[in-house]
Amino acid sequence: MAQMRYREALNAALREELGRDERVILMGEDIGVFGGAFKVTDGLLEEFGEKRIRDTPISENTIVGVGVGAAMTGLRPVVELMTINFALLAFDQIVNHAAHIHYMFGGQVRVPLVVRMPQGAGHQLGPTHSHCLEAMFLHVPGLLVAVPATAADAKGLLKSAIREENPVIFIEHESLYGVRGEVPEGEDELVPFGLARVAREGSDVTIVGVSRMALTAERAAETLASEHGVQAEVIDPRTLRPLDLDTILESVRKTNHCVIVEEGWPHGGVGANLAALVSEQAFDDLDAPVQRVAGADVPMPYSKPLEDIAYPHEPQIVHAALAALGTRADAAGAQGATR
Amino acid sequence: MASLPEPDRTREWLSTMTLIRRFEERAGEMYARAKVGGFLHLSIGEEATIVGSARALRDSDYLISTYRSHGHALVRGTPPENVMAELFGRVDGCSGGRGGSMHMFDLSRRFMGGYGIVGGNLPIAAGIALSSDYRDTDEVTLCVFGDGASNQGTFGETLNLAALWKLPVVFMVTNNQFGMGTALRRHSAVTDLQRKGESLGVPGMRCDGMDVLDTHAVLAEAVARVREERCPVLVEAVTYRFRGHSMADPEQYRTKEEVALWRERDPIPAFAELLIGEGVIDEAERERIDAEAIARVDAAVEFAEASPFPAPESLYDDVYVLDPNVRGRYSAQTSEEQANRARTAAAAPEDSAQAANDEIPQQLTQALAAGEDGGETSATGSSAAGSSAAGAS
Ligand SMILES: Cc1ncc(C[n+]2csc(CCOP(=O)(O)OP(=O)(O)O)c2C)c(N)n1
Repeated sequence: MAQMRYREALNAALREELGRDERVILMGEDIGVFGGAFKVTDGLLEEFGEKRIRDTPISENTIVGVGVGAAMTGLRPVVELMTINFALLAFDQIVNHAAHIHYMFGGQVRVPLVVRMPQGAGHQLGPTHSHCLEAMFLHVPGLLVAVPATAADAKGLLKSAIREENPVIFIEHESLYGVRGEVPEGEDELVPFGLARVAREGSDVTIVGVSRMALTAERAAETLASEHGVQAEVIDPRTLRPLDLDTILESVRKTNHCVIVEEGWPHGGVGANLAALVSEQAFDDLDAPVQRVAGADVPMPYSKPLEDIAYPHEPQIVHAALAALGTRADAAGAQGATR
Repeated sequence: MASLPEPDRTREWLSTMTLIRRFEERAGEMYARAKVGGFLHLSIGEEATIVGSARALRDSDYLISTYRSHGHALVRGTPPENVMAELFGRVDGCSGGRGGSMHMFDLSRRFMGGYGIVGGNLPIAAGIALSSDYRDTDEVTLCVFGDGASNQGTFGETLNLAALWKLPVVFMVTNNQFGMGTALRRHSAVTDLQRKGESLGVPGMRCDGMDVLDTHAVLAEAVARVREERCPVLVEAVTYRFRGHSMADPEQYRTKEEVALWRERDPIPAFAELLIGEGVIDEAERERIDAEAIARVDAAVEFAEASPFPAPESLYDDVYVLDPNVRGRYSAQTSEEQANRARTAAAAPEDSAQAANDEIPQQLTQALAAGEDGGETSATGSSAAGSSAAGAS
């Protein structure tokens, strides 16, 4: 095990895979000379050279499309989009092309492409720079979606993503880049896609936390235990496609209560989707409706007090868990735990 | 006029242009008989741009095209049987019935696809070329798109990036004078399209797209230059689309006289007469070439008719390359739900195919009568199969 920041773990994953497989190339805006807008690719240009670490013009749709074409003809491109908000300019290449080419051409060709980008609020960047859009990508058949929350998962999942045969949308979180964690060492320490991480075991309520919210949910679980005597089981799905629904369902069968936490918008969100799946497939095991905690249904405001309440925090998760468990919700409300 | 290449080659060019023409005429008939669904974009009139350019390539070069790409598949050697079967939506189609007219594909012949999104193929072409370079080959990618596509963001983005990265792409803009019903001068501030890449560092060339010899000569020069210098060029092929944009196009945006004028320059008879004049073929051979093309297309229709529709159980195949070691679910739908869908769907296709058969010719007539450029009324029938009922783009 090594102590690493999330950012360093990603950097290590890229470095190892570049070293391991000649077909891997990196493309993105300011990933080379500048070292990456979030310094994820720092030092890679010096180590691997311009042929493999390619600074691109600011042309998101085209960069992704170049990745698609290169992936169709034998390379394993990793494209960095500076933030997820700019991925919207590349939606044509991501959805109409990367995601559909394998199916649309009858399986003749594969698109082993990784598109990496960070998401998330908290830095007062306002509506065009703060969103969490994993639900948009999850919506699309043909894409895989990874949402690592820890340094270990950042590294292990990125290595798996690069070795994947399908296009992967790899969603990092801006607020996590500096967070340290234990990371297993070794070239072949992968985190497989489609395997959830049970971050905390518990018997009273299942809390599923997506992306950064897995960590917020863990903290909420500590509060639930220390202040309310509630043992929450916290599950981080790690990849939304493929989805380890079985681990979630097994947990719900044990706890009979379920809360889903995401930072993105509620309508058509990941929580809405998971809540539907849990309700469809574990209805008889539920003692209460599935609770959702999501971002506010608004564009992200700039002003700090507004931004703060526009995405979920620990007290809201505590409140939702208690609400799921019934009577104790009022008590929590009375304590002013909600924002 | 460019000098005449060897007789075997020019004969083959004439044969292939004729095959594409006969194939598309028949495809149009099959569409009217509702054997073919969706949109059908024909390149009748543009055959010289297809054959002249593709014959400037080596087999190891890549060709990537648009939704108007039956000819591009055929010129690369995809059997007409498989192209027709794709139009019919059958398993033996060159995209397994998944793509249809707009999405032909043949990896084995390095035909890297037809793409339904205007301008969507340009970045992909650059990526293919990047990979050719990365592998230290001297392969070239020919990227074909329309005059309308030259207004897309991907045009500027890709030309800039290709010039910056010195990628071996020949960008060929097939200027058939229209983007759907919008004439070149009404959609592009610069109508001298060969110059549209200049500010992006991509030099331009132009060829007479009604003349297969000139198209070939200019493209051969462009391809050689790109192969040698590893830098992109933009070639404008000036041509004309004889038929409507798609099958549901009442052609209100141009006059019959204009079409007739261009038809006088039909690239196929023009080239046939030139070959006869030069003594490369005689009248009998010209007829034989035509008869062969027709026979080949007959066989293609027969093959497509006989080819089965994809099995309902195949609906979920090839969405992903599945890894059996993965525990999680790739689909939001369980395998049971997937199987159920196949079972419940099993009864439907025949009914809807029948409904489509009855309705489509009527829709076409309506479309023509309505005089809309892709408007609601043009083809918004209630065909259960969805054939041609989706507008006119
Ligand atoms: C992104 C996008 N916008 C609009 C359309 C609808 N559409 C299909 S073909 C076409 C005209 C394109 O004209 P041009 O690029 O000149 O090619 P041509 O059809 O003449 O071969 C349009 C607008 C589309 N398929 N994709």
